Amino acid sequence: MGGKDKLERFERAILPHLDAAYNLARWLTRNEDDAKDMVQEAYLRAFKFFDGFHGVDGRAWLLSTVRNTCFTWLAQNRRSQATTAFDEEIHTVDEDAMNPSTLALKSGDVEMLKKSLDELPDEFREIIVLRDLEEMSYKQIAQVIDAPLGTVMSRLARARGRLKQILCSRLKEKS
Amino acid sequence: MDCQIAQTLLDTYLDGELDPVRNLEIEEHLHGCARCLQSSSDRRVIRHGLKTESLYFKAPPDLQRRIQRSVRQAAKVEAPSRWLSLSWIKIAAPLAAAGLVVLLLVPFFNGPSSDELLTQEVVASHIRSLMANHLADVPSTDEHTVKPWFNGKIDFSPPVSDLAKDGFPLIGGRLDYLKNRPVAALVYRRDKHVINVFVWPSDNSAPSTAPIKTQQGYHVIHWDSAGVNFWIVSDLEASQLAQFADLLKSSLAPPPS
Repeated sequence: MGGKDKLERFERAILPHLDAAYNLARWLTRNEDDAKDMVQEAYLRAFKFFDGFHGVDGRAWLLSTVRNTCFTWLAQNRRSQATTAFDEEIHTVDEDAMNPSTLALKSGDVEMLKKSLDELPDEFREIIVLRDLEEMSYKQIAQVIDAPLGTVMSRLARARGRLKQILCSRLKEKS
Repeated sequence: MDCQIAQTLLDTYLDGELDPVRNLEIEEHLHGCARCLQSSSDRRVIRHGLKTESLYFKAPPDLQRRIQRSVRQAAKVEAPSRWLSLSWIKIAAPLAAAGLVVLLLVPFFNGPSSDELLTQEVVASHIRSLMANHLADVPSTDEHTVKPWFNGKIDFSPPVSDLAKDGFPLIGGRLDYLKNRPVAALVYRRDKHVINVFVWPSDNSAPSTAPIKTQQGYHVIHWDSAGVNFWIVSDLEASQLAQFADLLKSSLAPPPS
């Protein structure tokens, strides 16, 4: 009886956010099969701990489980890859922004943007996916990544700076 | 506001997360500063690009089914140990405070039999069905509409008969869950009273009938016949519900040969 109620409530509150869960997992794992496994594992975990869900924001609640599942997996399967390291502390001024070069993305360049995002360190990639693809508020993001609002803002700024750097250098290479 | 501050706040501004005062200040600054305005439009270009559909990975079509299956499987495994858990109590509480006390005390004093547990389940399902348009997934007074509706939804075909001529019109059917399995719920009405008939295959080959039970003001009758479990629940007066049970039994009995 309780199980049935729980299942019903879970399916109503959490299942609709499958796309969001998959999108985040897909960007974090960078491949389809692992993303599917992560999402399934996250859903089972979420179901198990569903009694602890009292909020109204099922998406943020689910995504925090998805990201934790993915980060555990990433730590175990960390690829020795030439991505620039994630470093929260260093605070560079976005010099590029002070000497603006006009950016123009043509239709073909979207693919380049995709590759640039893929190159970002996990934590940066994650926060851009949550903000710009998932269109979450800072507060929601803070809930997902379990960090204070200030961290969300500074990490987002750094992630965007890095993304712009990568994109610009790719665009320069091309031209 | 100088460029340094404007640059720092630009992202927050574009995200719509700046307080109104700062918002105004930065807009004024952008009005008079070509470089920051350029930087702002650069950032907009990237944001806009990130919202391109091809960057958003939608879940593959098979994933939802796969997840639903595994979650339901997990729910089945978890269910037996859950019935005293907090969430169970939370759901039961609004139903009836008195009922809650009974439910909490019964396991400590008696140790409920599986029949008692099932009675509780049946009553809870009945009460739930009366809330918020959950009564019938297939609202129909026609037994030939209701019966086929269950095809593919459950692994058996429930016997359905309309008893309108006896004053118990069929009003529909729906899928419900009892004992952690999907069951057919047939809905009948007597005047303003709703009667839920839960039907599912029985493991008992021997037919049996149990005495009428009353719980939280609802009467429950159940019996086994020809390998099918019948559980009837309603707030209808006990003798009328018994009459309904008899009518249902005889309507479903094989015609005398």
